[in-house]
Amino acid sequence: MLLQISEPGANKTKPVRRLAIGIDLGTTNSLVATVQENGATTVLTDAKGRALLPSVVRYHADGEVEVGHGAKLYQSEDPENTFVSVKRYMGRGLEDVVTRQDAPYRFADTPGMVQFETKVGLISPVQVSAEILKALHQRAVQSLGGEISGAVITVPAYFDDAQRQATKDAAKLAGLEVFRLLNEPTAAAVAYGLDQAAEGTYAVYDLGGGTFDISILKLTRGVFEVLATNGDPALGGDDFDRAIYDWLLTLNGYSELSTGDARRLLSAAREAKERLSESTETEFLTEMSDGSVATIAINRKAFNRLTEALVKRTLTPVRKALRDAGLSVQDIKGVVLVGGATRMPIIRKAVGEFFQQPPLTDLDPDKVVALGAAMQANLLAGNRTGEDWLLLDVIPLSLGIETLGGLSEKIIQRNSTIPVARAQEFTTWKDGQTAMSIHVVQGERELVSECRSLARFELRGIPPMVAGVARVRVTYQVDADGLLSVSAAEQTSGVEARIEVKPSYGLNDGDIARMIEDSYTHAKDDLAARRLQEQKAESARLLEATESALAEDAALLDPDEQAVIVEGMQALRFALEGSDWQAIKQAADALNEVSTEFAGRRMDYSIKAALTGRKVDAIRV
Amino acid sequence: MIPVASSNYFELFQMPQSFRLDLGKLDSHYLELQTRVHPDKSAHLSDAERRLSLQWATLANEAYQTLKRPLERARYLLKIQGVDTREEDNTAMPTEFLLEQIEWREELQEAVILRNQQAMERLAGRLKTETDNLFDSLGTLLDDERQHPAAAVMVRQLAFLEKLGRDLNDALAALED
Repeated sequence: MLLQISEPGANKTKPVRRLAIGIDLGTTNSLVATVQENGATTVLTDAKGRALLPSVVRYHADGEVEVGHGAKLYQSEDPENTFVSVKRYMGRGLEDVVTRQDAPYRFADTPGMVQFETKVGLISPVQVSAEILKALHQRAVQSLGGEISGAVITVPAYFDDAQRQATKDAAKLAGLEVFRLLNEPTAAAVAYGLDQAAEGTYAVYDLGGGTFDISILKLTRGVFEVLATNGDPALGGDDFDRAIYDWLLTLNGYSELSTGDARRLLSAAREAKERLSESTETEFLTEMSDGSVATIAINRKAFNRLTEALVKRTLTPVRKALRDAGLSVQDIKGVVLVGGATRMPIIRKAVGEFFQQPPLTDLDPDKVVALGAAMQANLLAGNRTGEDWLLLDVIPLSLGIETLGGLSEKIIQRNSTIPVARAQEFTTWKDGQTAMSIHVVQGERELVSECRSLARFELRGIPPMVAGVARVRVTYQVDADGLLSVSAAEQTSGVEARIEVKPSYGLNDGDIARMIEDSYTHAKDDLAARRLQEQKAESARLLEATESALAEDAALLDPDEQAVIVEGMQALRFALEGSDWQAIKQAADALNEVSTEFAGRRMDYSIKAALTGRKVDAIRV
Repeated sequence: MIPVASSNYFELFQMPQSFRLDLGKLDSHYLELQTRVHPDKSAHLSDAERRLSLQWATLANEAYQTLKRPLERARYLLKIQGVDTREEDNTAMPTEFLLEQIEWREELQEAVILRNQQAMERLAGRLKTETDNLFDSLGTLLDDERQHPAAAVMVRQLAFLEKLGRDLNDALAALED
């Protein structure tokens, strides 16, 4: 196994600092943050010094895409081409969204994820999100003055597989390397825990613009362990706006409003809500499209009455999370509030009463998620700051497979620590059966029809056998992003029929390629240039990683083995000098191939060190 | 060393192969291992290292969850000693135990219909006492007397209780909707 245990990594090289960013891709606003060279974590602002980028995207007829404050100004005037709260549609089908009549968009009946009809054709929520990510990426490049090596993008903890996959696809479309998808409450816990050096069991109550999450975490000596998470993927500050809006409709006797006026009234409702967090009553006027003026007058008491039910709705997931964690309110040392919507006094009061203690609001609830994501991105980029921590997160919803009678058999239980893999064996029910269809679902309900359908696929090529003899092993693997891949193989014959699946609500690689191409029909760059640039960046990362691995652990290789790797590195460096995309890719693949064994030995060495209590940190650079 | 499911979980965490386990030590050994192998440690490294990380961290989680939970630990101990607990097809259990189970199931059903939270919590309390007692006996059977067939029977009983516990938990959760 190990060839020699001389002290690896004796030669010290100064590690390269990689620029890494954390992105909070929010329903209402998005932010980007980074850990600076001096160790301070900051939110990056735009040229005007604004930290929040409104998650609003407007498509112009000439193909121009406007993101943020500029687009927000047109949400009432050009509602069909200006997208707000697009996060609500990520990984969702038409049947999931038709009930929300207030959205002004023209939904297209496309298979899989819902799409919007716009001036520039069909647009997917993934594309809209990608525009927001691009804007933040650009902001980071300008502000940090260099290439970004990768990003941590946050998602609601309660996002299912389809929603996570859609988020990752958006990053791919935006040309961002994703180090990790990180759950929003976990990101907040990292920021809070590191900032306050907190220890003990904490609850993170995260009410954003369109999603609600509750996570229970145990913080001990550099370990952030999520014990349970729960939430409501369709409950947020938006719904509080809606409550005021509905009330205003009745009050003013409006029956049917144009989409533009509906947006105007909704904006007014939001403004009223925000004002009520500062004062006990508010009154202002809003002009409608016909020149008439609507009076918006509401006090806190009326507002509380309108939104009481919504506040209660957040407490159900809280109770469920506590139950799953096997804890009671008395076990919770502190409650961290996250998300702009937690500024509402009615929320602070309800949370305080439930947990029998005043909630913690030391960090800005709008920024804490982005700050935590930036800290995690810095860690994942390999920028050692002396401070090291471990995040153990969980999967929010159980993953099952359809069995006879339309029932879901759970293969991976909710709140399992990720990464996790589980396998289950199934058999054929007919003589000579050569194929088996597999339906992957997510959710807690027993009936498949009440769970989210993630994917269907068929395992073919099973050798004909008598019913009940074949042994089809279906394996679910959830990675550290919370993303599922499924494979199936028939065991007895040794026939490995294998397939990796992607959620039906996701995009396939062909879709993504087409979207990337589309985005270049309007832009000045071309596709080939981007592909080359991405391949070059990826290869440079590989070279850097291999170099530092050699610097640390060359002692684990004999001279011949080392020579093969060094040769592979030289070949890749040579290819990188040219601009032949294919040649670079081939050289990178070859280097990956020859370093596989080395990677294994490095891992062994590290594991041995962990288990024998040897402090290798001391000898590692 | 390749992370495969056949690795012995006790060896993986350098713990003695027994039912009575120092859970504090298990926790700290698990965290030490996970600190080394978690995918977060290799996010900036090569494909090969990331793949290995994923496999190792997955194995570490599986092994830890198996050893942490007493029922799974007992099942695993029996499995590596070649004893199949045959929970799918063997329902042979002491009659007294079965009668008690029927009674408890009926109590649960009634509490569900009446939405009686207190009755459910009382049942949960009794279930916990019974489970703790059985685990005590199981420790004796596995670690002291090495009575594997008897231990297998007890594992089947505990699996019954665990299922009841899950249903009870679901029923309590349903009261919150």
